[in-house]
Amino acid sequence: MTQPPKPAAPAAAGRGNMKAELSDHFKQYKHVWVFIEQERGVVHPVSFELLGEARKLADKLGVEVAGVVCGAPGEATKMAAAEAFCYGADVVYLCEDPVLEHYRNEPYTKAMTDIVNTYKPEILLLGATTLGRDLAGSVATTLATGLTADCTELAVDADKSLGATRPTFGGSLLCTIYTLNYRPQMATIRPRVMAMPPRVDKPIGRIIEHRLDMAEDNIITKVLAFLPDRDSNKSNLAYADVVVAGGMGLGSPENFQLVKRLASTIGAEYGCSRPVVQKGWLTADRQIGQTGKTIRPKLYICAGISGAIQHRVGVEGADMIVAINTDKNAPIFEIAHVGIVADALKVLPALTEAFRRRLSPHNRDKLAS
Amino acid sequence: MHIVVCIKQVPDSAQIRVHPVTNTIMRQGVPTIINPYDLFALEEALRLRDKFGGEVTVLTMGPPMAEDSLRRALTYGADRAVLLTDRFFAGSDTLATSFALATAIARISEVYGKPEIVFTGKQTIDGDTAQVGPGIAKRLDLLQLTYVSKIGKLDLDGGSIEVERRAEGGVQVLKTRLPVLITMLEGTNDMRRGSMKDALRAARAEVVKWGAKDAGIEDMTKCGLRGSPTVVKRVFAPGGRTDKAEFITFTDKTPIEFGDELVEAIFKRQPAVEDDLIKHAHEFAAY
Amino acid sequence: MIEERFDAIVIGAGMSGNAAAYTLASRGLKVLQLERGEYSGSKNVQGAIMYASMLEKIIPDFREDAPLERHLIEQRFWMMNDRSVTAMQYRSDDFNEDKPNRYTIIRSQFDKWFSSKVKEAGAIVLAETTVTELMQDAYGKVIGVRVDREGGKIMADVVVIAEGVNGLIGQRAGLRDAPKPDQVALAVKEMHFLPSDVIESRFNIKGDEGVVIEAIGTLSQGMTGMGFIYTNKESISLGIGCLISDFAKTRISPAKLIEDFKAHPAVAPLIAGSEVKEYAAHMIPEGGYKAIPQLYGDGWVVVGDAAQFNNAVHREGSNLAMTTGRLAAEAIFQIKSRRDPMTKENLALYKKMVDDSFVMRDLKKYKDMPALLHTNSQNFFKTYPELVAKAMENFVRVDGTPKVEKEKATFKAWRAARGIRGLVGDVVKLARAWN
Ligand SMILES: Cc1cc2nc3c(=O)[nH]c(=O)nc-3n(C[C@H](O)[C@H](O)[C@H](O)COP(=O)(O)OP(=O)(O)OC[C@H]3O[C@@H](n4cnc5c(N)ncnc54)[C@H](O)[C@@H]3O)c2cc1C
Ligand SMILES: Cc1cc2nc3c(=O)[nH]c(=O)nc-3n(C[C@H](O)[C@H](O)[C@H](O)COP(=O)(O)OP(=O)(O)OC[C@H]3O[C@@H](n4cnc5c(N)ncnc54)[C@H](O)[C@@H]3O)c2cc1C
Ligand SMILES: Nc1ncnc2c1ncn2[C@@H]1O[C@H](COP(=O)(O)O)[C@@H](O)[C@H]1O
Repeated sequence: MTQPPKPAAPAAAGRGNMKAELSDHFKQYKHVWVFIEQERGVVHPVSFELLGEARKLADKLGVEVAGVVCGAPGEATKMAAAEAFCYGADVVYLCEDPVLEHYRNEPYTKAMTDIVNTYKPEILLLGATTLGRDLAGSVATTLATGLTADCTELAVDADKSLGATRPTFGGSLLCTIYTLNYRPQMATIRPRVMAMPPRVDKPIGRIIEHRLDMAEDNIITKVLAFLPDRDSNKSNLAYADVVVAGGMGLGSPENFQLVKRLASTIGAEYGCSRPVVQKGWLTADRQIGQTGKTIRPKLYICAGISGAIQHRVGVEGADMIVAINTDKNAPIFEIAHVGIVADALKVLPALTEAFRRRLSPHNRDKLAS
Repeated sequence: MHIVVCIKQVPDSAQIRVHPVTNTIMRQGVPTIINPYDLFALEEALRLRDKFGGEVTVLTMGPPMAEDSLRRALTYGADRAVLLTDRFFAGSDTLATSFALATAIARISEVYGKPEIVFTGKQTIDGDTAQVGPGIAKRLDLLQLTYVSKIGKLDLDGGSIEVERRAEGGVQVLKTRLPVLITMLEGTNDMRRGSMKDALRAARAEVVKWGAKDAGIEDMTKCGLRGSPTVVKRVFAPGGRTDKAEFITFTDKTPIEFGDELVEAIFKRQPAVEDDLIKHAHEFAAY
Repeated sequence: MIEERFDAIVIGAGMSGNAAAYTLASRGLKVLQLERGEYSGSKNVQGAIMYASMLEKIIPDFREDAPLERHLIEQRFWMMNDRSVTAMQYRSDDFNEDKPNRYTIIRSQFDKWFSSKVKEAGAIVLAETTVTELMQDAYGKVIGVRVDREGGKIMADVVVIAEGVNGLIGQRAGLRDAPKPDQVALAVKEMHFLPSDVIESRFNIKGDEGVVIEAIGTLSQGMTGMGFIYTNKESISLGIGCLISDFAKTRISPAKLIEDFKAHPAVAPLIAGSEVKEYAAHMIPEGGYKAIPQLYGDGWVVVGDAAQFNNAVHREGSNLAMTTGRLAAEAIFQIKSRRDPMTKENLALYKKMVDDSFVMRDLKKYKDMPALLHTNSQNFFKTYPELVAKAMENFVRVDGTPKVEKEKATFKAWRAARGIRGLVGDVVKLARAWN
């Protein structure tokens, strides 16, 4: 009963021609905003990806791009604001308050809804991270506006409304969703779905500060501790330039070594399909796909992965896909650029060896001279 | 203690087909299941009930046939099932869905006692939004704990709860006041198999069926299509890539010839990758 | 242990189990039905033909809400070699009657509907519950069942075994033997999804009309077997089944058979562009009359495929399953009404009812057919189809060869392949088995 099952045609019939009929109040809503997700001094890269996307939308609408930065008063929060300008923000709404030190739903929801109600954006984008999804749902409900989750494409229509496209039914279908009569039009977007815009050194621009009237005593939820993931800096799958992945076709956890060996030879990250995680061969943070990570590497090499739609939606952004599969009809070949119909257990070692020869500094120097 | 668990009946997405011409979902023959993410919530609720006593009520909003899923939940050991079903709910988006569910939970509180915890799954596999949980929390003014991976100390008398919550790059340990809404992370437990006694009880149990009015919904404009700010304008199948893959054969060459040819093909198409890899190889060698 | 006691427990929610449970429950008996699948029908092979009159005897107004795909107006029999088809086709507008006689159904949906009727009739239906064994008292009388759930022992006056062809429960309790490899066929089947208008134009039908094709010939590569194609609303069921013993002998893989069948020039255009879902394999009892085991005993009866009730010649199974399920239930009800115990002597009534019905009479009629086809499989499933194809080609092709010579060539080919004696013998045997 959530958005997607809604059939397109009857919805259209029920809504006349489905043109936006904005009330005068909502007509005041202008500009494209991005929530800049910042925790422990680090801005989540998805926020910059969204600034890049916001720029494109804002140019079409002829409006400005703004970033919203929330955090504890201090250097880290200010740095986040400064970075937002380098990735294309024209304005930054800055809310500094000690209660915003760690992410918590109550104060962040209050901060965001207050800023939105005061400055009235027409579009508000957030990363579809655990933080972004937690916050977006509460903010949208409080504002009683529409929210489209996990979008893969954003576009502005002829009548200037936002068309947000997202996969549904496990990626078998895509649908384009509009928030016609309410503002802001909200959407969350997964990390790595939008391209990272270039960073341009820029001075700090216009900052509008917002004061949050909330005392710690009035906030019920307390953060007792934060336990960082032990290997979090090791598996950087989503942001790796080269990814090697394996699936059930490898047959056994031992054979997965072949994937890891190739990955380590070329300095790539390794990942896998979902059943590999379900079998316990690898941990969940290595899973690529709809319910795992979306990746956008320059090169994706996958071996023994059939290419089910739920896997494909996670890798379609790769610049180049090399697929190894014994079945020439495997769906992975529909999106691969280079295909090898052969046994991965033989192909992977041959490829690893070839890379090793090609990349060994010794050989390179010889080639150069 | 009283716990409400929201579950949704969904088509098994592994078996979904799209009609090649009309681009609509072909539901023919597609079995429906309880949204797999909701089972983690249900199992967690059952464990808390087994430990602290009390009752678990499962709630779903959906068509009459969603009763199957509720009965299934009863088989696992839930104590009561409520089906919220009304044609006014058709076409609900997440805002309208959470409005209807929140109102029904308020009504459940009046009839069967106020819940200390409302559980939802992390997200559904059809809607896939993860928005309904937060939406319910906001409307009922419950504190919201999303992506919970572990429930720690639960103090019913003191009215407090401690949980571990998955956050970006780590786990947050949070303490808050009851009542709360928890969206449960997947993989946190394994659904039990109900006993023969539960199974027989479930087969005979009466599923409570409420229409909008029964659930205490007065403002119909907040339901269904009318209550949904979002509108689906277009549904379409993902387009495949138009250019076909270049195939490199393996069997007719030595591994060395094959490897070189493949690496060449990769570098030819992606020169940037070659530079990256060489840089990496040099750093690696220097190191 | 559950203290409760049921009048009857039905093992399995296939055609026979549903027929039995429905009939028992609607007559007021306290019935528990157990199904190991996720839901009734989930384990049952998709896409089948359903015979209306047997269901009418159980649920007269089933047409009102049963999920029926298409009613059949045309039957095609194909004799195939690798490149050609010689066909016989019967199509009649009479089949567009008010209450059509045969329908295609999709088992998983149909069984679900049937199961909902069973529940409405008042039976308790538990899915995802596997019966692990029959409970027997010291004298061997069946007194209940054990299931794979905690606390899973349940008692009943009588157990209706409707567990399908594998029949593990009955075998485990020593009530009957495992079916022999030459008494069961393995059928593999695929569902090919296509828009309904495409199906209608390819099969020359409209609305809810449907077509069945049954094919024999080189597609079974000399094994005793048959291919079939059924039209559903938005899909085509296609498959092929051969005797397990032949598969074992020839080591041909079922997957290869179905691939070849689909690639045949007469089949490929029918399914072109379809999306395949559901590859399923299932066994079909083929032993016929001579393979039917003991049908009843103290506290138990066996119905449907579990009792080998299947008419291989007419490809009827579900109707025999429904009928035997219903008859078992009626027998139990009669015994119960007389307040008699469910002893072997009393349950013999079920056997008598089956003997008097079309079920036994049909099976008896064809009792020699399985053996004949099985022992002569090369002739019936390879040689003759090739000869027929040759004859048809000689007849149809116009190339200047005098007709007399063509006929001679045809006759020579037949004689060379089988010899006059063989030919006459086969015709006689076939005729006998038929009568
Ligand atoms: C709600 C939902 C969410 C899902 N989310 C995800 C997700 O996020 N990510 C994901 O990956 N999946 C996901 N899935 C699962 C997905 O549908 C597929 O089941 C899964 O991707 C299949 O993994 P696989 O290709 O490794 O295994 P298989 O489907 O078993 O395929 C193995 C492949 O290996 C090939 N092969 C076999 N032997 C060899 C050999 N020696 N050399 C080379 N090739 C060989 C085979 O031809 C085959 O193509 C999800 C499913 C559902 C229902
Ligand atoms: C490919 C194919 C095509 C066919 N086409 C036709 C056709 O067109 N027309 C026709 O009339 N017939 C057809 N048949 C035959 C027909 O399907 C069967 O004769 C009929 O389904 C038999 O019904 P049944 O109830 O005896 O067995 P089943 O339908 O096999 O039901 C047995 C049930 O018992 C359950 N079960 C088994 N063991 C246990 C246990 N221990 N505990 C709990 N539950 C258990 C199983 O899960 C199953 O649901 C076809 C068969 C096949 C394989
Ligand atoms: N129609 C519904 N009935 C009951 N619960 C629902 C319904 N829709 C969503 N939910 C709950 O909300 C969670 C998130 O759903 P979604 O926002 O659709 O991803 C699910 O895991 C369910 O627990």
